[in-house]
Amino acid sequence: MRGGMRNTMPEQPAEIRNKNFKEVALGYTKEMAIDEAQRCLNCPKPRCVTGCPVNVEIPNFIAAVVAENFGEAIGILKRKNSLPAVCGRVCPQENQCESRCVLGTKGEPVAIGRIERFVADYAREHGLDTVAYAKPSAKGKKVAIVGSGPSGLTSAGDLAKMGYNVTLFEALHAPGGVLMYGIPQFRLPKEIVQHEISALRNLGVKIIVNAVIGRTFTVKELMEEEGFDAVYIGTGAGLPHFMNIEGENLNGVYSANEFLTRVNLMKAYQFPNVATPVYIGKSTAIVGAGNVAMDAARTAKRLGSEKVYIVYRRSEEEMPARKEEIVHAREEGVILRLLNNPIRILDNGKGWVGGLECVKMELGEPDASGRRRPMPIKDSEYILDVDMVVMAIGQGPNPLIKQTTPNLEVNKHGNIIAGEENCATSIPGVFAGGDIVTGAATVISAMGAGKKAAVAIDAYLSK
Amino acid sequence: MAKIIRKLILAPAIYELIVEAPMVAHKCQPGQFVIVRTDEYSERIPLTIADFERNNGYITLIVQAVGNTTRHLCETFNTGDNILDIVGPLGHPSVMKKFGTVAVVGGGIGVAPIFPIARAYHEIGNKVITIIGARSRELIIWQEKMAAISDVIFITTDDGSAGRKGFVTDPLREMLVAGEKIDLVLTVGPVIMMKNVAAVTAPFNVPTTASLNAIMVDGTGMCGGCRVMVDGKNKFACVDGPEFDAHKVDFQNLVMRQQMYRNQEAIEYSCGGNCKCVEE
Repeated sequence: MRGGMRNTMPEQPAEIRNKNFKEVALGYTKEMAIDEAQRCLNCPKPRCVTGCPVNVEIPNFIAAVVAENFGEAIGILKRKNSLPAVCGRVCPQENQCESRCVLGTKGEPVAIGRIERFVADYAREHGLDTVAYAKPSAKGKKVAIVGSGPSGLTSAGDLAKMGYNVTLFEALHAPGGVLMYGIPQFRLPKEIVQHEISALRNLGVKIIVNAVIGRTFTVKELMEEEGFDAVYIGTGAGLPHFMNIEGENLNGVYSANEFLTRVNLMKAYQFPNVATPVYIGKSTAIVGAGNVAMDAARTAKRLGSEKVYIVYRRSEEEMPARKEEIVHAREEGVILRLLNNPIRILDNGKGWVGGLECVKMELGEPDASGRRRPMPIKDSEYILDVDMVVMAIGQGPNPLIKQTTPNLEVNKHGNIIAGEENCATSIPGVFAGGDIVTGAATVISAMGAGKKAAVAIDAYLSK
Repeated sequence: MAKIIRKLILAPAIYELIVEAPMVAHKCQPGQFVIVRTDEYSERIPLTIADFERNNGYITLIVQAVGNTTRHLCETFNTGDNILDIVGPLGHPSVMKKFGTVAVVGGGIGVAPIFPIARAYHEIGNKVITIIGARSRELIIWQEKMAAISDVIFITTDDGSAGRKGFVTDPLREMLVAGEKIDLVLTVGPVIMMKNVAAVTAPFNVPTTASLNAIMVDGTGMCGGCRVMVDGKNKFACVDGPEFDAHKVDFQNLVMRQQMYRNQEAIEYSCGGNCKCVEE
């Protein structure tokens, strides 16, 4: 045990990285990872594990790193987490495992996420993560997973390890869901996502892309015609919200989903070497302050937008984004316009964005969310000079499955109603979890639901 | 992968592709569309399903080579080649019932998506009046196929080289003025044409449906790029459409939104680009 401060993460300098799509955080070296791992006290009752939605055996994998046994470390990680290279990069560890680390009470917690990332990357680069699982006898039952985002991937991996015949259906042309279309290359390289997914293929998971459940097949057809014994719906929060203010249909206004999908999934940052175009304004307003908003802002900056503003109606304290993302965005030159609410997008006279009218806000009494309610300040309207606007104010559930699956109960927002522990829906044999149930949340919470669903599906099919 | 079974040139820069897409063919209904990605560098583009053979697992796509991706598809892919990705069927199918008399009004390659819908109208006992328009004779496609499922057919060309000289709205207006009872009008084609059709039928209160070809990425409701104003509300053409009440569509906004990438790319329009919607 070495105590002291945590190892800082090596990063590309802000002024260089805000012009490229290479990964921002470069990852620990082996020496740094071992040094950081030595800070772990290996508590007899590790609280970090309880902070992890998928209960990774954190002290054990860290002990293996201390022993420089990286093959063992990846094995321990993968027992609970099919996507360690992803989680090591995008999990909000500060609110989860690391928030419970004993070292954090007086100093800095062990950098669990960074060690996890190191182990996953080291294992990938050294061919250590082709761990063969003792495969249980095939159970002879088929499970369909709808949606190949974090929840579906986790559930598919766990069910395959249990011996089920698993088929993953993906609507887009590449599996990965939000990991592919949403999170930018500079935070999560797509090659790494595809590598993690290839490990699932090695487990025997069949992946069918270009299959829109609700259209190509309905849930009922999967069960009655295609012979699936159970279905897990993990379709995420894919329907972009707009503010419904004047001017939102002008050219130059994007949903964050569209902007990020064009750039990430379709690789428009390589245009014209790829065919998908993306419009970039000279100055851009991103409306919203979550992780998606930060991703959109940093992407716009990289694509050459000279001024990029985050426009948010509350204050910095209420910003839903991870602190690290906000810090990174600021370092890269993103300007925060807090306590500003957009009220109208102006037309430049030719059908394109000509400015964003905002009103300044102040915080009043706490509202239903417990946060202080932002109130407009009278006569404070002004026009922010932008020619591009990205709406990053959240996503709702996609209605396709609801529309095409009679008897599937949803709440007033259109989220599927499913048991928190057993993921069971109103239809026997049909389970659901992740953002389609909870509304937009995090990668790891969706993975947690995928894990619970796998256990519940196993119980259901073992009856 | 979707293999091209047959490729035909129907007219200058207009191609018919019969493609092996069993997951789409087993399920598709008139009015639905697919999203195609030709290769790993390609855009995802929406194309309407012009016909299908369920038993063979084939669908027919009619493509006008006007944008980067459509040109690439039409000019470099041949019979036997594989298209990388086809996903569908997408969008709501057309509403199928006995309306009485249905007028279908198609401009340019808009005739292609109309064909399976009109055939289904015809099969369930509607009287089908077909109006096909194009700039000139050589750009008229599928006239015989349409004639075979129509009770009445009109051809119009801008230059009078086939049928009567004028626009698709001319025979439509004349019929309505003459008191012909039309219970539904379906129109597919250039946005300005659909707008004009809607303007002709509105005073007669004839229910009119337009199938909109907005710019899309995923086609499943995820990006919102295809949003159109309908009755003052935002709708997504991919999951709420593609058919909408033409009297409530903000066509002007749609025309404008279709021009979003004109600087980035060779102009890419469903209508072929040489029509009036480019200037407006």
